[in-house]
Amino acid sequence: MYRLKYAAGSTFKYITLILGAFAALIPIIVVFFSSLKTNAEYGATSPLDPPQNWMNFSNYTKAFVDGKMLLGFGNTLFILAISIIGATLIGSMIAYVLSRFKFRGSKLLMGAFLLATLIPSVTTQVATFRIIDTLDLVNTRFAPIILYLGTDIIAVYIFLQFLDTISESLDESAMLDGASYITIFFKIVLPLLAPAIVTVIIVKGVNIYNDFYTPFLYMPGENLQVISTALFKFKGPYGSQWEVICAAIMITIIPILVAFIALQKYIYNGFAQGSVK
Amino acid sequence: MVFANLSYKTQRRIIIIAFSLIPVVLLFTFAYLPVFNMFKYSFTNWNGYSKSFDYVGFENYQTIFTNPKYFSVFKVSLYYFGATFVQMGLALYFATILSFNIRFKNFFKGVLFFPYLLNGVAIGFIFLVFFRPDGTLDTLLQVIGLGHLSQGWLLNPNIINISLAGASLWRYMGFNFIIFLGAISSIGKDIYEAADIDGANRWHQFRHIILPSIKRILQLNLILAISGAISAFDIPYIMTGGSNGSNTFVIQTVDVAFKYSKLGLASAMAVVLLIIVILVTLLQRVLIKGDD
Repeated sequence: MYRLKYAAGSTFKYITLILGAFAALIPIIVVFFSSLKTNAEYGATSPLDPPQNWMNFSNYTKAFVDGKMLLGFGNTLFILAISIIGATLIGSMIAYVLSRFKFRGSKLLMGAFLLATLIPSVTTQVATFRIIDTLDLVNTRFAPIILYLGTDIIAVYIFLQFLDTISESLDESAMLDGASYITIFFKIVLPLLAPAIVTVIIVKGVNIYNDFYTPFLYMPGENLQVISTALFKFKGPYGSQWEVICAAIMITIIPILVAFIALQKYIYNGFAQGSVK
Repeated sequence: MVFANLSYKTQRRIIIIAFSLIPVVLLFTFAYLPVFNMFKYSFTNWNGYSKSFDYVGFENYQTIFTNPKYFSVFKVSLYYFGATFVQMGLALYFATILSFNIRFKNFFKGVLFFPYLLNGVAIGFIFLVFFRPDGTLDTLLQVIGLGHLSQGWLLNPNIINISLAGASLWRYMGFNFIIFLGAISSIGKDIYEAADIDGANRWHQFRHIILPSIKRILQLNLILAISGAISAFDIPYIMTGGSNGSNTFVIQTVDVAFKYSKLGLASAMAVVLLIIVILVTLLQRVLIKGDD
């Protein structure tokens, strides 16, 4: 009796898992199928029908060339690299100061950084736009970069948490050897922060690659499209060629899929650590 | 190196200033100054570009709360809010069963999480294909013999917000799932073993071991999802642009500010949104503290 119940429970588990996986995958699979269909085929076949020719990549070429996807990838990569390096340096420096030195106002400063995590940046764009405009940064790649550095405090938070687990006795013994604070920071603290840096790269990397709002608002310029805004531009002009849009969607998904498969473990850990606010 | 010759006291002072300067300037310019300015603009009739503007007192706030056109869009948040609970439930269910021995565990884990990594525009487009007439959803319904349920998923104002909230659920469920799974996996094996010996079944284990140990993270995710629901933007903006009754408060704010050039009014709307989000977050802190 127990065994029967157990088997039924187990079957139920697998059925729900398969349904869950199906629900997660089917919207993407249909887009993948459509991306390989010709225009006539797309109109005539059911969305669930596989393409007649699995090697029909003409939509991909069209989407890649007409949508200037290479430009999008280039801009995204540029913004991503500078923002991540900047966030890592700035974040680890301020976290080092806040966690290792007690000085007048240090509590207040810590509070200012933590309080900022409460402000959802989407609500303040109305006023942020004026500031970026005053700085003459609208329609430059530095608008999103400076915003990713200044408003997303998550990196500081992750470093602060991690520094709490690194014993100060290491700093102290280096000081006995006569090392300067600069040496201690770059030679001891920063290398020890490596796991936290991986977390920052992943959490910020995913956020920046996927961000639509910031580049859309601050970089409407033709040559400044990033991956998400490049994709968004397909909406109007390709309204009658959804198979091309589907190919464009797949072009933005493929790099993420490759990165995900290669870095699975780090990605899971990154999100598990980065989210514990 | 000259720096190393300085006394530790002097070094300390230099390093505190040098290491804090840029982060603090960035923080105040891009996190606090906008909030301050936003409050200021919210009492003006500024259009966002002219040189002069007048202070109008609470007029903008009055407009938001008295003109149904502005405040009624908050109703749309309720759909996303509702979807949040389904999202949490599913995430918790999948996290629980995948924390036990399961075949193809990594495959299921990866597939359930993957949608979270996609960008909002791709997800918006994927669901335009999914919901379009004779699209994926309609075809699937026909296959299982429920073809008569077909709808104008994105055309019918009574359905559209459910469809969009569904797309949002698809996008974010994996995030909650992976967080819950991490929390559940950190529970020691010996606790389950002890429970097995005591004859506890899976439900008992869930109710008395898993649920209490992830309670905090559950609450935290719930509150995060709620503030996310209030500030929903990407999915509805990309898919419908806010048409057919799918306008959310943030879409409206952006339109008022940048399309209709009423920066004062938009700032007042943003202030209202900010206050609501902060209240929700503070509520969470109080709730979590109260448990300790």
